[in-house]
Amino acid sequence: MGGSMNLDFTEEQEILRRTARDFLAKEFPKTLVREMEEDASGFRADIWKKMAELGWMGLIVPEDYDGIGGGFIDLLVLLEETGRACLVAPFFSTTICTFPLLDAGSEDQKKIFLPRIAAGEEIFALALTEPTASYDAAGVTTKATGEKKGYLINGTKLFVHDAQAAHHLLCVARTNFQSPPEEGISLFFVDAGSQGLKVVSLPTIADDKQNEVVFDNVLVPEGNMIGELNGGWPVVRRLLERASVAKCAEMIGGADWVVENCIAYAKERVQFGKPIGSFGIIQHYLAQMWTELGHARWLVYYAGWLLDRGLPCAREAATAKARMSEVYRHCTRMGVQILGGIGTTREHDMGLYYRRARQALPLFGSPDSCREKLAHEIGL
Amino acid sequence: MDFEFTPEQEEKREDFTAFCKEEAKRAPEGWIGGMAAEETDEGWAYHRSVVEKVAAKGWLCLPWPKEYGGQGHGPIEQLIFSEVAAYYRVPAIPMHFMTVAAGILMYGSEEQKKEWLPKMARAEINWAEGLSEPNAGSDLAALTTTAIADGDDYVINGQKVWTSGAHRADHIFILARTDPNLPRHKGLTFFVNRIGPGIEFRPLIFMNRSHLYNETFIDDFRVSKRNIIGKLNQGWYVMMAGRNFARANISLAAAGKRDLEDLIEYCKQTQEGGEFLAKKPLIRQRLADFVIDYEAALKFAYHVCWLQTKGKDVAAEAAACGYYANELNLRLANTAMEIMGLYGTLKGGSKWAPFCGKFQELSQWSSGFTIAGGTTEIRKNVIAWTGLGLPRD
Repeated sequence: MGGSMNLDFTEEQEILRRTARDFLAKEFPKTLVREMEEDASGFRADIWKKMAELGWMGLIVPEDYDGIGGGFIDLLVLLEETGRACLVAPFFSTTICTFPLLDAGSEDQKKIFLPRIAAGEEIFALALTEPTASYDAAGVTTKATGEKKGYLINGTKLFVHDAQAAHHLLCVARTNFQSPPEEGISLFFVDAGSQGLKVVSLPTIADDKQNEVVFDNVLVPEGNMIGELNGGWPVVRRLLERASVAKCAEMIGGADWVVENCIAYAKERVQFGKPIGSFGIIQHYLAQMWTELGHARWLVYYAGWLLDRGLPCAREAATAKARMSEVYRHCTRMGVQILGGIGTTREHDMGLYYRRARQALPLFGSPDSCREKLAHEIGL
Repeated sequence: MDFEFTPEQEEKREDFTAFCKEEAKRAPEGWIGGMAAEETDEGWAYHRSVVEKVAAKGWLCLPWPKEYGGQGHGPIEQLIFSEVAAYYRVPAIPMHFMTVAAGILMYGSEEQKKEWLPKMARAEINWAEGLSEPNAGSDLAALTTTAIADGDDYVINGQKVWTSGAHRADHIFILARTDPNLPRHKGLTFFVNRIGPGIEFRPLIFMNRSHLYNETFIDDFRVSKRNIIGKLNQGWYVMMAGRNFARANISLAAAGKRDLEDLIEYCKQTQEGGEFLAKKPLIRQRLADFVIDYEAALKFAYHVCWLQTKGKDVAAEAAACGYYANELNLRLANTAMEIMGLYGTLKGGSKWAPFCGKFQELSQWSSGFTIAGGTTEIRKNVIAWTGLGLPRD
């Protein structure tokens, strides 16, 4: 132990941020974002390849498996930029599915998958939530039953991001119905081309490629289990903590864009003979947005730092997700108000963020559920 | 990025905590925090006895250079001390101490630093603040108190208001107009002096009957030219240096966090309709939201302090830090009263009053804190103008 407080990003992280921002500005302009919102695949192979060359999919993969070996704060920096750019790609999905492989994958599984993930040759999608739409173990009713040749999976997964583009699904399934909910869960990677697997796209507010995935007697070899039989839930819980904080980083990036662009607009837009940014009410809207985002940001960085260090983070992740979700939603609501009519159109970029803020809010824990978790954590 | 403290800082925190826990035991009955220090003789005696001990330990001036009585630590150590003291509601730092010290450290001459800082470090000075006037509140640069040169002195005339704690003070700092021909905030000068003939205070009673504020009447008050901090007509900047320092204050969030913990405990122990308050979903949501808010306020205060250690101009961040915590504390007090219902309205004199009526007191005091030292609206203006670069008119 024995650190020394330092609340700056490292020079390497600043370089990562600049590189990502430049790359996305050039390769993923808002015209492409709009195009990809209409595109069912949610995937552009040429850009994906360049992202792999930049080391993004390998960012959190250890060097022994051909990755960069970065930490969680590095990932947050990158996700702030993808959130700022409204990147449409299976990057978030693949990244969060990398964590269970790192935590619980066998040496063979790591050797097979991690270098391929880092090289951009392997896209993963997390098949966790079901029609119950909850993130707790009891919500998992999709069952995997042991057979001679492996496991047979049956059930319906819902809100599965990027299943349409994935090579493999990371399926969270129940392998024991008698034990307490948390003690009967196992993880499997499932070939997306498996027989009995059906993927149906879901239209969403953010056009973010979610799917219903039906498992109808999908046979999975025993070797596809990640971690121990019935030992999957602790792995999922750690995945969810990281995913919720990672989602917060995307939201920071989006909210930064909103605040910066609203400030710029308020300086330019003239009404009543003056820039609207000279009016007290607009100044106070912006000052409050800036202050609330400035506060919420540090909840996210603190949670990210705990994850980076491998320290317990359940309470802090819930804290960050609850607040950042609401701050992003409020920033985008006020952002539209400041921009006026044009902000409500499909033409203006503001709507991209407005819709994404409302999409991100319930993902990996709604503010209400996070606060309930927090209430539980503090002994209420 | 690293949120961890050094082992030395952790050790200091332990020292501070042990000290403050002990001192908190000596607090007068019904003590709600530092704002009550000036109110009663008992409160004032407690405050002074704590401050003298803190001064003897050298904890009032942890980040100052050693030649002025300081300990040569960084702002982080000072922040930790402020946080711990506020959390235990120990009135460990004299009023206006940080404001005046920052002004002298940044703008004082070598001679002034040697004259004033060691005395302040020994807690020998109780300051009264002479800034606001009846017609210069949020628009402070409109002040009309004048200081006119006369030999080696300046002669000051005018009226100040919101002079907190003046009835316990022995020294005063005054912002006065020294050149009416210069643009408004460029003709002001910052004076410090012992209170003497020509200064008269009259109580201005707070809504809860407390005597904290005063009006100050200044009639031919003579101050030596030696007691101008900074240069002539540079007073606005001396004042702002202190303000920025005072606003970037962790005490508000740390004190509020402790109050929240009391409210949480109350909800765990109190039943309503046969059910503990802590089991009611709506109350759980509201309490958890406050936990999040205080965590954010504390982390942001660390962020501002970190920027200060790097020598950054933090006017906007400091304004954000202060207004956020003040608004939060007010909201907490009002929510606590709402949760407590009729009990929440009881004052300390009743045996039925939860926490000796603390939350109804806080709901009144906090309504003043969102005004004092820059209203929430003024602080948002500061953010908009200095932080976001929006036009001033």
